[in-house]
Parts: sequence; structure tokens; C-alpha cells
Amino acid sequence: MMARPSTALLCLLAASASAKPVDYNDDVRPILSENCFYCHGPDGNKRKADLRLDVRADALAGKAFVPGDPDASELVKRLLSKDPEEVMPPPESHRKVSPEQRETLRRWIAEGAQYREHWAFVAPVRPAVPANGEKQPVDAFVAERLAQAGLRLSPEASRETLLRRLSLDLTGLPPTPEETAAFVADRSPDAYEKQVDRLLASPHYGERMALPWLDASRYADSNGFQQDGDTFQWVWRDWLVRNLNADKPFDRLSTEMLAGDLLPGAGLDEKIATAFVRNHILNGEGGNIAEEQRFNNLFDRVETTTTTWLGMTVACAQCHDHKYDPVTQKDYYGWLDAFNRVKERGTPSGGPTQNGGRSRFRLDGTMVDAPSPEQATELARLQADFDALNKDFFTHQNAAFEAWLAKPTKDKGMLPKELEALLAPDVKRNAAQTKKLHDHYVKNVFPEDRKGIAAFKKIDRARQLLDGYRGDVLPRVMVMSDDQPRESHVLDRGAYLAKKDKVTFDTPAFLPPLPKDAPRNRLGLAQWLFRPEHPLTARVQVNRQWQLLFGHGIVRTSEDLGVQADRPTHPELLDWLAVEFRESGWSLKRLQRLIVTSRTYRQSNQVTPKALAKDPDNRLLSRAPRFRLPSPLLRDVALRASGLLAPKMGGAPVYPYLPANPWESLAIVTKERDFSYPTSQGEDLYRRSIYTFWRRTVAPVNMFDTSARQTCRVRTAVTSSPLHALTTLNDPTWVEASRRLAELAMKASADDAGRLAFAFRRVLGRAPEGREPALLLKLLEGQRKAYAADAKAAESLLAVGAGERDRALPATEHAALTAACLAVFNLDAALTRE
Amino acid sequence: MHPRDLSPDEVRLSLTRRSFLSASVQGVGAAALASLLSRDLLAKATASGAMPGLPHFAPKAKRMICLWQGGGPSHVDLFDHKPTLQKMAGQDIPASVRGDTRLSTMSSGYSKWPCTPAIAPFARYGKSGLEMSTMLPYTGSIADDICVVRSMNTEAVNHAPGVTFFMTGSQIPGRPAMGAWLSYGLGSMTEDLPAYVVMTSADRNRTCGQLFFEHYWSNGFLPGRHQGVRFRGVGDPVPYVGNPPGVSREARRAMLDGLQDINREHFGLTGDPEIETRISQYEMAFRMQASVPGLLDFSDEPKSVLEMYGPDVLTPGTFANNCLIARRLAERGVRFTQLMHSGWDQHNNLTTGQLAVQCKDTDQPSAALVKDLKQRGLLDDTLVVWGGEFGRTPFGQNQQGQGYKGRDHFGRAYSWWLAGGGVKAGHQYGHTDDFGWNITKDPVHVHDMQATIMRLFGINHEALTFRYQGRQFRLTDVHGHAVKGILA
Repeated sequence: MMARPSTALLCLLAASASAKPVDYNDDVRPILSENCFYCHGPDGNKRKADLRLDVRADALAGKAFVPGDPDASELVKRLLSKDPEEVMPPPESHRKVSPEQRETLRRWIAEGAQYREHWAFVAPVRPAVPANGEKQPVDAFVAERLAQAGLRLSPEASRETLLRRLSLDLTGLPPTPEETAAFVADRSPDAYEKQVDRLLASPHYGERMALPWLDASRYADSNGFQQDGDTFQWVWRDWLVRNLNADKPFDRLSTEMLAGDLLPGAGLDEKIATAFVRNHILNGEGGNIAEEQRFNNLFDRVETTTTTWLGMTVACAQCHDHKYDPVTQKDYYGWLDAFNRVKERGTPSGGPTQNGGRSRFRLDGTMVDAPSPEQATELARLQADFDALNKDFFTHQNAAFEAWLAKPTKDKGMLPKELEALLAPDVKRNAAQTKKLHDHYVKNVFPEDRKGIAAFKKIDRARQLLDGYRGDVLPRVMVMSDDQPRESHVLDRGAYLAKKDKVTFDTPAFLPPLPKDAPRNRLGLAQWLFRPEHPLTARVQVNRQWQLLFGHGIVRTSEDLGVQADRPTHPELLDWLAVEFRESGWSLKRLQRLIVTSRTYRQSNQVTPKALAKDPDNRLLSRAPRFRLPSPLLRDVALRASGLLAPKMGGAPVYPYLPANPWESLAIVTKERDFSYPTSQGEDLYRRSIYTFWRRTVAPVNMFDTSARQTCRVRTAVTSSPLHALTTLNDPTWVEASRRLAELAMKASADDAGRLAFAFRRVLGRAPEGREPALLLKLLEGQRKAYAADAKAAESLLAVGAGERDRALPATEHAALTAACLAVFNLDAALTRE
Repeated sequence: MHPRDLSPDEVRLSLTRRSFLSASVQGVGAAALASLLSRDLLAKATASGAMPGLPHFAPKAKRMICLWQGGGPSHVDLFDHKPTLQKMAGQDIPASVRGDTRLSTMSSGYSKWPCTPAIAPFARYGKSGLEMSTMLPYTGSIADDICVVRSMNTEAVNHAPGVTFFMTGSQIPGRPAMGAWLSYGLGSMTEDLPAYVVMTSADRNRTCGQLFFEHYWSNGFLPGRHQGVRFRGVGDPVPYVGNPPGVSREARRAMLDGLQDINREHFGLTGDPEIETRISQYEMAFRMQASVPGLLDFSDEPKSVLEMYGPDVLTPGTFANNCLIARRLAERGVRFTQLMHSGWDQHNNLTTGQLAVQCKDTDQPSAALVKDLKQRGLLDDTLVVWGGEFGRTPFGQNQQGQGYKGRDHFGRAYSWWLAGGGVKAGHQYGHTDDFGWNITKDPVHVHDMQATIMRLFGINHEALTFRYQGRQFRLTDVHGHAVKGILA
């Protein structure tokens, strides 16, 4: 019997009478997906009662509902049932359909139970821009949505705030006071656009934009796991920064990362690009099963490439057809096949060093050599040295043979009887006999003999230098290749030995098909991603760019645009941007320029009571978002504001300040290799964070809230923990930066107010205002008191960091101002992108 | 914290907070509100930070100390007495017993599988008469407080995947560790210390290369503040917990007062509640700077207590030292303390005396911790677990032809013990066959143990989930059953 609707439900019914019709994508699928598809969805193996609800025809065939008649519909009966055997979802599933959701489903059935394809699986069509007076399409869409909520865009932020925001977003560095002053003074109508173009052209742009790519490609400078061998994948990092700076179109950039090696005429750069796929963990533990590890790597490649470009994880389909998205196991292993052709073992191994030890580098095929010009010269020199000596190898060897014949050493190499006779002093030997002896000598005697012969000692040393250089110095980048085709299979529950049906590369069946003439490899895959009918690629990337500039994507679950995804806050804007991005040639800089020149981006972040009430989470963008800077950029800001930042770009990773023995957790346990931290010296202490050596097993501790670089991450959390505060208060990087900033301030101004304003401006990009000057003075006064009373403490504070302090400055004053600068770096407004 | 990293439940929590704020804002204006709010008011409202609806039922355990024994302690030498291995010493373990067990590549190619008896005799301990090796006399002395599980099993054949499996529910790194799940689900019981603390130690001679990786205490896709914080044996125990040289506590306090004043001023202007969160985090950091040194200052420990933990107790970085810190953390409300100790990977040093040394170094502190918790009344709601990623082969390993001096990895059956926190005391659970090879009764898979631990914390392991990549993830993947037979 049907339960009587409650009063609440009746109210809802009344309220909904005038509402717009229920929309399958907006209203219904989220309920069904969350509560029903697990057992009645795309996964055929686990489907219960042979009922499938994600396809209308199947649901109708299964008599799940009667369109137009909720009361006669089994689905409604089950939702309302009080019988634990009958009720859906079953109690043990821990899922619950709320009364409101039940009512939505009722209405949907009453209105005919129409289905629509998931929005993200339908190619975007450029929507009409709302005609609401906004000049910029971005603003037109945002303002339209705000107007529906009775809100509008906030006024433009101050120029100081705006330039800091823009500089941090596009380059990860704060503006210099001179840059800010120039912008504030520029009265030309395109003053802002000029700043945008300046920053987009900055070489620091690529360093900033590379950060999310490093997270996506789970980039690290070591393999992870036992031994945690170092790698040379930083060569790829440099490729990335260069190509982002050059604004290589996104389709080309992506194609090179996925399949550069397969492009016609692929050169070294295109091969290096594919390291994106190879930046994964490698497990070199003794006793592990190489093929099992190789499959772990393959699974990771599937996960990383689908998350990055499709904005969907297909990992569920490793073991079974996906529960929510229409991804089958066959789709999964079909995709995997394209990545299953690398000549590799699955576990890394190490080469020699020039001293004869084992290299700290551990790599697995396929690799390409990527020497710098100097390294190429050195390598050629070592090769030439070796060749010059080695060309006389056989002459030396024959000489050694002759010497042996003259004075054979019988104890070496167990001479057979027949040969022993031939060695008698007066025996005449024919050519064949001599050859026999020669063969014996080379095989059995020479390996020992050569160790005592000067000529060979030289050759061997030259060889060791050459091999050691190749093993320990010459950068070798692990890249993709198709040089070992293998058969791929569907694996039962993802177990690498449980091979089922053979599969070859194909794209997932629910997406547009691979063109018939497309290459059946990674290149075909990459080209397919950028076909105009592809529904995901452009949306996914536009959404990530929005996330970078606004803190959230238009779809907040930027790693997942599948059926379980968050609904886009501005679906039309997303589609408009996606089409625009594609049709204008996939230029990332052009896309970013479009977004950052919008009024939406340039708004003030001031929270008004009205906006807070109607848009508490700022999903509608009634104001500019405020968010704490990513931790690598916090460090960069401190270095830049204090003038410490070394401008050098690229190259092997560096080892800036970390707490003593940062790798001690590895070192304490193993004697297999040296895990002491080789702290850098000089300018390498002050390079941008992107160049900090990233040990995969122990990430740099002053980089918090970042991806752990174990798996692909395209969305990281900004959290707030006391440990973060301790880092920016006590890490020598910040302390030394404060000391340097204080030094600059003391030289720039003679009075407290001027000094504080100077420092404040360099960090926050604006002058202190309101009560801030007075509060800063009070803070400084307090510190001055502390250091006036303790001269030794002042000296100690000023001694932090490798750089020398300027001893001409009075220590008490310098220390007090250093502490005040440290406070400035730790202001919420300094840590935050306003 | 920023809403972007919040789960739906956390968003609800934060919205409650925000709607409180927004209601007030409309009434009095943001600037006035700033001065009305006491410094930590907002932070206190969510100080514990438990998820709504959690715990699901009355918890038995409030905190946990995991005594991780890395490398794989030998079950047949320590907890699972098999006289048959003695009787058949040197003879092959029958093929019918071995079946197609998955072994590491170090032994999977073997052609001989000689039964290798336990290194030392076993004895029965306590009123319960639990049987264990005479190399573990101190553990024997707490026999009536512990539950020995002899039917643990795992699919992992190697260390890192095995440890990752127990810690995160998956053999592949990347998912949140158990401590992060508990911190996420139940929140923190202390404002002065992290909810999830990790400490590591190595065996006396660093005999094996078992490293402790950060992903063993990772927050995975959970918000970053749930990551385990590793207390180090050298330098600052917590990174950056000490002020820079030349900064006194008073000077720092004065500096923070000034800093917070300016932050509050800024809050008044922008009205962003995140600024209040930042203010309270800086206050917590300041308190943590005081509480961590106190935590490590043992001067308030009576001599009798120090002696309980054995001769290494005062040496930082030792297992004994870490055990005492673990007790002090438990007293201070730390939810999850993960001690990771290495040295149980006896491929070729089982017979060389290393096992005896390793037992000596771990036996006394482990037992002392349980006794110490008990005498302080903390054992009832503190769960202590002792075990590693797998056991060791009942057959001997002849590594590199050096003779049968050790055993290889073995995940098909191995032993753990648990104490306190709602676990049956003086109890043994699960059985293996005469060779310690196959489980004959009551298997406890890694996922089952995880489900059981969750259960003791009052959590239904299937219902503590986090939406990521379009699906609900949980510690136990899609497996696991709480084992009723070891619940008190």
C-alpha cells in the first residue's frame, strides 16, 4: 500500500506546481546515480535483478516505472516501502533518498520520465551570449546568473590588488613596487590589458603554469620505494616550462606529451615530451615481480592520461565495468594497450659511477639521452679518449698473447691437455693450432692477465670514466616508445596474470569513435582527443584553467566530469569557453587572457552581507575569490619580495633549506645508499620552488597541501593547519627573506613608518592602510623592546641563513625589523591571493 | 580551510558556520562582528571536527597506537607454534599443503621447501595460557591483556605494497592512511597536537632496507590537515616547531599579537571568515610549540616507569623511546599514533642472533606500553595493535646458497596481537594448519582487520566514505568484515 504523503511533501508538491519541469541531468540522474546505479547501472556483472536504470529502454523493459503514472511505478513503490526486504535503496547500502528527492522522482515520472544524455558526453555547442549589456562574453554569462539571484558583479578591485592578483596568477610572483606604481599611474584605457600581456610574456609564466602539470603527471625527481633512485625527468620539466612560455597550442602540446615519439620526424624534444606518461612511481624493491610492477605502471598511465585529458577516472573499469559512467572493462584495456608497447622491465635498475660504485640514479627503459651542449662535449671527449686507447686493443692483446706463449702460466684458466702439449717451448705450431691457443687465451687467461698490463689498465679506466659518465651524469629521460609491441588482454579483476579476451587499442565506446583511418596507437589517441566532436577535451581543460584563476572549476570536481560530477555552476559559460578555446586554435594564453580581462576576474573580493546571504560559497561569483596561495608560491613570494630570488631557469633540481636530515627516515634504515641531504650553496638556495628536488618518498616538508606526486592529481586541497603556520614562521627561508627585506627597508627609508610601508608594499603590493600603519608600528615597537634587551638574541636571529648580513646596520634595529617583516610575510593578506 | 577541499559533510558543517556568520553579518555588519567574536569562538565551534553522524555507534576505542613491525615478523617463530616443523625438520613441506601459494620472486623458483622449526621453544603464558615464543617473555607477561590473531592474511608478497595495503587498503600508494581516515571521520581530541602522529625507528644494526615512506601516513585525497605528522628523532621533533634562533617565546608572542591585530583588522574590512580560521591556526601553532617540548620532556616520569620500557627508553629514535612518547601522546588526546619499527625481514639472519636481539629490543617496550596504559586506566579506550605486513615462510630460505639461515616473505597466514580498546583479552583467534601455511579457521584478511579497527572506533567501515573521482572511496576498498570474534 502506498504511504500517504506527509504534510511536508504536500507543501513541496504545492510549491513545485509552478516550478519548471524536472530535468533529468540536473535533477534526476544525480539521485539515480548516487543511489541506484551501483547495482542497476552500467556494470553488467554486478547488476541486481537484471534491472538497469541508466538506460530508459532497459528501465522500461524492466518495468521500473510507468511514464506519466508515478503511483503505478515500481520505483516509487520501492522508494516508499517500509519493508526492509522491499525498500530501495536497501538499508545495507547506507544510501538514502530524501523526501525531496523522492518527490523529484515522482514528478519526473509524472512528467513522462524522459532521459537525457549526460551533458559532458555531448559535444559542446557554442551557446548564445546573453544580451544583458555586458561586453565580455564571460561577464555576460556570469552577470546573467547573478541577476537571477538578485545579485550583480562587484566593483573592480583596486589597481594594487588587481596587479598582485594578476601577477600571482600568471607568474606566481608578486609585482615589484615599481611595476605597481607604473600600473597605477597608467591612465591609458588599455592599461590593464598591457599588464596582462606583459605578464603572459614573462618567462616566469611557464614556471607558474607548469605547477599543475607537475601534479597531473605525478612528477618527482626520484622513483619512490626502496632505494628511491634519482631520475633525470627534470629534462621534461624544462621542456614543459619552455613550451608553456612559447604558448604551444594545447592540442600540439598534448599530442607531444602523449605521442611525440610517433610524430613524423620526431626529434629529441618530441620524445622528451612523452616523459609526461613516464613520470610515475617505479618500484625497485628486491623480490618484487617485475611484470606485476609493470602492470601497476600501466594502470597508472591509464589513470593519468584519462584523468588529465578526459577529466574522468576509468580506474573502476580495471576490475569491472564502471558503476556510474558507461566505461567498460574492454574500454579500459583497449586504452591500456596503447601504452603497453614500451621496451621496459617494470622495475628500475642502476648504472655505474666513474669511481666504480653504483649510481644513485635508477631507471627503466625506454630512455633518450638529453645532454646539455657541455655534457655532449664531455661525453665526446671521454669517448674519444677511450677510442684512442682502445683502437690498439688487439695489438696489445696479441702482444699479451705472445708474452703468454713465451711464458705460459698453467695455473690460469685450466689448460686442456692437448693445448698444454702445444705450449712446449720447442713445438712448431700451425695456424689452426695457434688459433686454438689464442682462443683459449682470450677466453680464459686474458681476463685476469689484462689487469696487470699497463695498456689495458688505461683502456679499462677510460671505459670506466665513459660508462660512469653515462650512468651517473648524462641525463637520460624515461620516455614512451612503441618498440616492444605486446598482446593486451582484459584482466580478470585487474590481476595481471588473469588474462581474458585479447584487446587492441580503441577509444571508449561511449565517446565518438576513432576515425577508421586513424593510427591505432597513442598518436591516434591524441588526434582523436582533439577532434571537433569530442565532448570532453576542451571542457576539461577550460575548467582546469578556470580553477587555476578562480580557485574552483566551473565544475568543482575538476578531476571528474562524468555522471557523478558536480553540476557546472555556469554550464553555458563552460561550453562557450570550450568552443572558443577549440575554434581559436587551442591557445592557452589567449584563453587565459580572455578570462583575466573580464570584469568577473577583476572584481573586488569584498564580502557584502547580501552577497554572503545569497551566495555564501561564492559559487555564483558575486565577488572575486580569496584563496591561500599554493605553498610552492608562498616560498617564491618570500624570495622575490626580499630580493633573494635567483632568476636562473631550468636545469637539474636544487636542494634549498630543509630541516636537518630531511631524508633521515630513509637513511636511518638503509645502508644501501647515501641519503644525506646535499644542501645547495649560493644562488641554488634561492631558486623558485619548482626547481626544488622532489624526493617522492619524502616530499619537501615546506611544501604543504600539494600533491604527494604518487598518482595523478588535478585538484589539490587548500587546508589550514598549525603546521603550515609553523613553516612560514620558522623555516630559514622565510627568516632569511625577512632579514633581507628588513635590510632593504632600512636602506630605503630612515624612519619606522617608511620602512614598514616599504616592506609591506613589497610583499602585499599595496601600502598599509586604515589602522594597519599604526598596528605595524606597535608590532615593531614590541620587537624593538625585546631585542634591545637581548643583544645576543638579535645577533642570533640575524645569523639565520647562508647569506651574510650587512654589519653596517645596527643589530637591534635590524633584528626588530626582521621580526616585523616575518610578521608581514605571515599576514593573512600576504598568504592569500586577494 | 577552504571549501574546495571539503567533503559534502564538511561543506554542511562549514555552511552552518557560515550561515551563523552571515545571519550575524546582516544584523551587525562585519567589522562590528569581528570585535564581537572572541578570538577562538569560531574555531571552537568545530574544534573536534567530527563528521556528522559519527561515530555510528558507541565506540570502544577513542585512540589507537599501532606498533608496526616492519619486515614481516615470523609467525612460526613467535606466535604460532608448529611442532610438526620440528618433527619434519629438513623434509619438504608437502606440495598438497603448499598448493599454488603466491611467493616473492626470491623463493617462488625454489625446488626445496624444508620444514624449518622455530628458533626457540614456545611456552604458555598467563592465566589464559596463550602460547608464544620464549623470546618474548615480556609479551608473555601481558598474555592476559592481549588477543593473538593467528589467521591474518594478505595478497602482498613484498614489503612496500604490504605496508601500503594495511595502512591504506590498497597496495598501490595514493589513498588515505587509516589515521587520516580516523582524523577525518572523528576529528581531533586535542588542540595542541596533531590528531595523527607517526614515529619511526630502526632495528639495532639496520639489517634491512625497509624504508618508511610518507605514503604510509598520507592523507591521500582527504584534506591535507589529516596527513600524519612525523615526529622525528633528530632536530625539531615536529618540523619547524622550534622558534628560529634569537626568537624567544615572549618575542614571538608579541609578534603574533601584532600579526593577529592586523589580521582582525583585515577581517573587519573583507568579512572573509577564512581569516578567523587562519587566526586560530596561528594560535594553535603557538600552543603546539609549547606542548611538543613538554611532551618530550620525561622529567615527570617516575624511575619505575622509565625502567619498564627498558634500557633504550631515553635514547631518542629508539623503539622504546617512541613507545613512551606514544603513551604520552595518548594521554594528551592524540587520536592515532603510528610507530613504525623495522628489522623483521629475516631472509638470512634468523639464526644469526638478530632475531633474538630484535625480540629483546621490541618485546619489553611493547609490553611496557600496554601495562603503562593499563595502570593509568587508558587501556580500556586505547587500542594497541602489534604486527607487520606479513609473516615468514615455514620453510627455510637458503639465500644465495649461504645455507638455511632465514625465511622468505609469507602473506598466506601470519600473526598479530591486539590489546585494549574493546578487544577480547587473553584470547586467541584463528588457526592455521600443522605447518603454519594455510588458515584452517577464522581467516582475518587485511581488510577485515581494518574493518574491525573501524568498528572498535564506533565506525561502520562501509559508511565512512569520501567522494573522489566520482565515487565513494573508503579505507576497506569494497571488502572487509568486522571480526566479531575478537571484540570483547
